[in-house]
Amino acid sequence: MSKQQPAQFTNPETPGYVGFANLPNQVHRKSVKKGFEFTLMVVGESGLGKSTLINSLFLTDLYPERIIPGAAEKIERTVQIEASTVEIEERGVKLRLTVVDTPGYGDAINCRDCFKTIISYIDEQFERYLHDESGLNRRHIIDNRVHCCFYFISPFGHGLKPLDVEFMKAIHNKVNIVPVIAKADTLSLKERERLKKRILDEIEEHGIKIYHLPDAESDEDEDFKEQTRLLKASIPFCVVGSNQLIEAKGKKVRGRLYPWGVVEVENPEHNDFLKLRTMLITHMQDLQEVTQDLHYENFRSERLKRGGRKIEDEEVNKDQILLEKEAELRRMQEMIARMQAQMQMQRQAGEGDGGAVHGHHV
Amino acid sequence: MFKGPVESKNEAAMSELVPEPRQKPVVPMKPTGINTNLLGYIGIDTIIEQMRKKTMKTGFDFNIMVVGQSGLGKSTLVNTLFKSQVSRKSSSWNREEKIPKTVEIKAIGHVIEEGGVKMKLTVIDTPGFGDQINNENCWEPIEKYINEQYEKFLKEEVNIARKKRIPDTRVHCCLYFISPTGHSLRPLDLEFMKHLSKVVNIIPVIAKADTMTLEEKTEFKQRVRKELEVNGIEFYPQKEFDEDLEDKTENDKIRQESMPFAVVGSDKEYQVNGKRVLGRKTPWGIIEVENLTHCEFALLRDFVIRTHLQDLKEVTHNIHYETYRAKRLNDNGGLPPMTVETEENHESNL
Repeated sequence: MSKQQPAQFTNPETPGYVGFANLPNQVHRKSVKKGFEFTLMVVGESGLGKSTLINSLFLTDLYPERIIPGAAEKIERTVQIEASTVEIEERGVKLRLTVVDTPGYGDAINCRDCFKTIISYIDEQFERYLHDESGLNRRHIIDNRVHCCFYFISPFGHGLKPLDVEFMKAIHNKVNIVPVIAKADTLSLKERERLKKRILDEIEEHGIKIYHLPDAESDEDEDFKEQTRLLKASIPFCVVGSNQLIEAKGKKVRGRLYPWGVVEVENPEHNDFLKLRTMLITHMQDLQEVTQDLHYENFRSERLKRGGRKIEDEEVNKDQILLEKEAELRRMQEMIARMQAQMQMQRQAGEGDGGAVHGHHV
Repeated sequence: MFKGPVESKNEAAMSELVPEPRQKPVVPMKPTGINTNLLGYIGIDTIIEQMRKKTMKTGFDFNIMVVGQSGLGKSTLVNTLFKSQVSRKSSSWNREEKIPKTVEIKAIGHVIEEGGVKMKLTVIDTPGFGDQINNENCWEPIEKYINEQYEKFLKEEVNIARKKRIPDTRVHCCLYFISPTGHSLRPLDLEFMKHLSKVVNIIPVIAKADTMTLEEKTEFKQRVRKELEVNGIEFYPQKEFDEDLEDKTENDKIRQESMPFAVVGSDKEYQVNGKRVLGRKTPWGIIEVENLTHCEFALLRDFVIRTHLQDLKEVTHNIHYETYRAKRLNDNGGLPPMTVETEENHESNL
């Protein structure tokens, strides 16, 4: 162990030290250079505070020229998918964040077909990734799969609505669902607790699989374990979003100004915004992993089992089968008509009074 | 002094089929100011006192309907309006009540007394409205209920021997609760109000208004007013029924500035500045229900109860009910609907 040489290769402290413990640092440096990709989908009725929350979370303005349509226009509209990508850089780490918005969800009088568009979007991304993965050039696969879906529950109701239940059941096997209650300043603390409990009960009752935070490893420090415990206990998160700076208690905070007081976005006693942000940031990696290992693999095995036949093929087959069955039906009907005619002739020839009508209908 | 186009419309429709137009209920005429030099005091003005005494003895009916998605605070608001538990809240978490699959109509009656005046208040709740995945035509049960009440009243009226005071179950006022999204009305709101503003007095109300800051509130109200106007929805007080200039200016102010009322309801009391007030307690302050700087509950209450209660009943009787009646008579070829039932009623009345 010489300290005089400016060592290019770190001298081992103990004999037998190879140095591959340095590997995580290399991985870290490479991924920092490559940057991270994350796709977040937000789903919820209009006016629940989705855009404000996204802007608050990432401290940007993702929707600069936004025109909010009136009710009459909403009658005609169907669900759209709008993806906006933003590159955020913090301390040298680049994040390519895509936010997929779903305007029109839950607006129509009849929301039966609300989620078809959304589900086919998610499947499309999986399909594209599968295609790229099986292709020849795999160096630059862009991962547009949806890693996480924030589902917004209305704070005004008494729990989940029928639409919420149906939608979550339809996508819980395709994407990580994080239920969020925005505009939480509508609720007093007691009302919040009741609503959270009610929602959790209903989620369990209907067998909806939401994203579960992984438990802290046993070798993590106590603070992290405590933090994870707190986060797990607060789902679903009750948040308030805002990018307006208000003067409160002598300093400028982000919040909402009411005649009766100021709601601070980053105050843990006022809402769970900080918890949501912590969860998202510390578990971004895990969300991506679960998407890859669970949802994508499910999709892939289903797809490959179908043998590369797309869904349209199945429908064409159905049409063919239908045509065949119709032809068969026609044949049988003709046969029956012939038999009836024969019987009629026999009767007329035999008895002479054509009054007896058997009246059998097939 | 004419009452405007409404009377002539009804007369035109009915004069072809019914020989004599119905007498409208007597409304005291406003003084014309010609013969103001009375030689002595006659005592005509004591009729007001006589009417008052009569009303106090008989009491009166008031039927209010609340419509809106579940969770918007309808029951709490009605309880706050009448300062008593007239509406049972569905938010009692002990009950396992699920959202009903179709819209139900639940009418609960109470008798409230104040200052010697008895009011038979009926609150008509509509659970299940707007809560399903498919809400098409979810207003039909409501429309049917309203028309059924008109039908009931009509049948009583055309009876040969009819009751002295026909029980009035007609809906005098319908509070429609708009969700405070801050964006605009929902398609369902528009459809409902389009269909029902022609049969009943609709008062749109923005529920849970403590969600919005002052600017958001003003913006939202403006947008809602504009949307209602663009879609031709006439909410109460309807422009065409303003009787004179005085009414018109007063109602114009309400229509263009205050409505729809942004309200907050509560049945809990808290101590604020030494007084006990109704309010909602949050970690960042107490929202006072009756404080005009916090929300417009006091305006709604004064409007519905203290100033326009009688007018709501009159418009229901003179306009909505008459329109229904005219339609029914037209359908029946100009004759009142004389059915076997009416004769049975007649016999039972003897």
